[in-house]
Amino acid sequence: MPVDVLSVHDLYFRYNSSDVLSGISFSIKKGDYIGLVGPNGSGKTTLIKAILGLLKPYSGRITLFGDDIGAFSRWDKVGYLPQHIAALNPRFPATVSEVVAMGLLSKKQFPKHMTRSDHARIDNVLDLLDMKKLKNAPVGELSGGQQQRVLVARAIVNDPEFLIVDEPTDALDPEMRDRFFEIMQSLNKQKQVAIVIVTHDTGNIGRYTSKLLYVDKKIIFYGSFEDFCKSREITQFFGEFAQHVICHRHNQNIDCSSGDHGTD
Amino acid sequence: MELTEFFRYGFLQRALIAGTFIGILCSTLGVFLVLRRFSLIGDGLAHATFGSVALALLLKMSPLYVSIPIVMICSVGILRLTERARLYGDAAIGVVSSLGIAGGVMLSSIAGGFNIDLFSYLFGSILSISETEVFISIGLSIFVILMIIFYYNELLSITFDEDSAKASGINTESINTMFVLLTAVTVVLSMKVVGIMLISALLIFPAVTALQIARSFKAVMLTASLSAVVSVVSGIVVSFSLDLPTGATIVMINFIFFLTGLTYRRIIKV
Repeated sequence: MPVDVLSVHDLYFRYNSSDVLSGISFSIKKGDYIGLVGPNGSGKTTLIKAILGLLKPYSGRITLFGDDIGAFSRWDKVGYLPQHIAALNPRFPATVSEVVAMGLLSKKQFPKHMTRSDHARIDNVLDLLDMKKLKNAPVGELSGGQQQRVLVARAIVNDPEFLIVDEPTDALDPEMRDRFFEIMQSLNKQKQVAIVIVTHDTGNIGRYTSKLLYVDKKIIFYGSFEDFCKSREITQFFGEFAQHVICHRHNQNIDCSSGDHGTD
Repeated sequence: MELTEFFRYGFLQRALIAGTFIGILCSTLGVFLVLRRFSLIGDGLAHATFGSVALALLLKMSPLYVSIPIVMICSVGILRLTERARLYGDAAIGVVSSLGIAGGVMLSSIAGGFNIDLFSYLFGSILSISETEVFISIGLSIFVILMIIFYYNELLSITFDEDSAKASGINTESINTMFVLLTAVTVVLSMKVVGIMLISALLIFPAVTALQIARSFKAVMLTASLSAVVSVVSGIVVSFSLDLPTGATIVMINFIFFLTGLTYRRIIKV
């Protein structure tokens, strides 16, 4: 039986003695494409940081590719695109290719120096994102959308098996947003990369992902969009109209207005 | 005075050799410090150096040997205060800095004042650097520069985005500890060049000058090093020729370089 990419068991996270996350349990398998959604302050980013080992949970267990997070060392299997593109220092003097190269460090032994084949990989990923011409440009001089693409390149240059993307499309124009989701879909379908996309845009994420993990300090829903559309609990939680809109955008063939809430 | 005659003086040769190495060292570390908005750690550790020099003079020991371990402990103290005591970096630096000054003043008072000795450390006296101090400066400078070369990509990644660096498996805690320890050694070595009061200038000026001109990280490191070496060498030559204080002259030349870089950038941008 294949090992789960990620397994979270009974996770609690407390800040100043109040629960930010409580009783979180779920698992992600190879090839899953998940939208992690929830309102502001629902604990999405805290959950992601705990999964990445950046924050230590109060209690509970997280395993990545079967290894406990504390003992996990194969970070080259994990790609991470952080949220804080807006906080990127415009004076930072690194070039596009220097930033993308940072994504290759997890695979390297000491001393972590770049080789010719590393530079070829960087060129390939920049080509994929239409950024090759800008490889020697200082990253601080690029537009918000171009900077976001540089960070996408850094997250995928290592061919990760598990990709975590936090609020990815805020700085992108509609054309580039569609291109971004095309790339995500191709990684998911062709390379079976498990992807988690964190967003507060519950209404639109269903257009792209196959599963939904709705968190509001605890798990409200985790499953396929088909189950989401048929769930009575979700109807009670969101209201019929909101549920209908989300399902309609995910797949217009799913009929949420039929009142068939029989299988949740 | 002829330039060839100038370089015949042993004390000037020693000053130029040690100054060149320490200049490269300070500027290289300074780039990381400035970009991590941690540049005032130089000031904080310099003040801790003041306390440790006062202790060394009281104990009649070499300030270099006493200061290196004490300032290294202080540097880790600043890091731990920032990470674990929920203090902002500048507040943690302030705590260690004021403790260093207070300790130095108390020790100086207990000893009945150190006068000229302590004064030479406060404002630098590279022209009086001994042969042993030159060798120690060269050895430690080479060690610190090699560490930066070996860990260059990790340091760059942490400087750019610490969370992502950690998420890519880089042991950020160890690298940060190593980094502040290297900074501590650098600060202690620099006290002879520009003096305790002006150490942070040698860490900050070459970096901010290079940031005006260079467009890639490697170019910033090289420009900063070049700027530091030229400023130290010309500072020594000018101060000796015009009978000016060496540390202050080096800092003023660095300031001129910074203004030049700033003007260049404005002309190019506009």
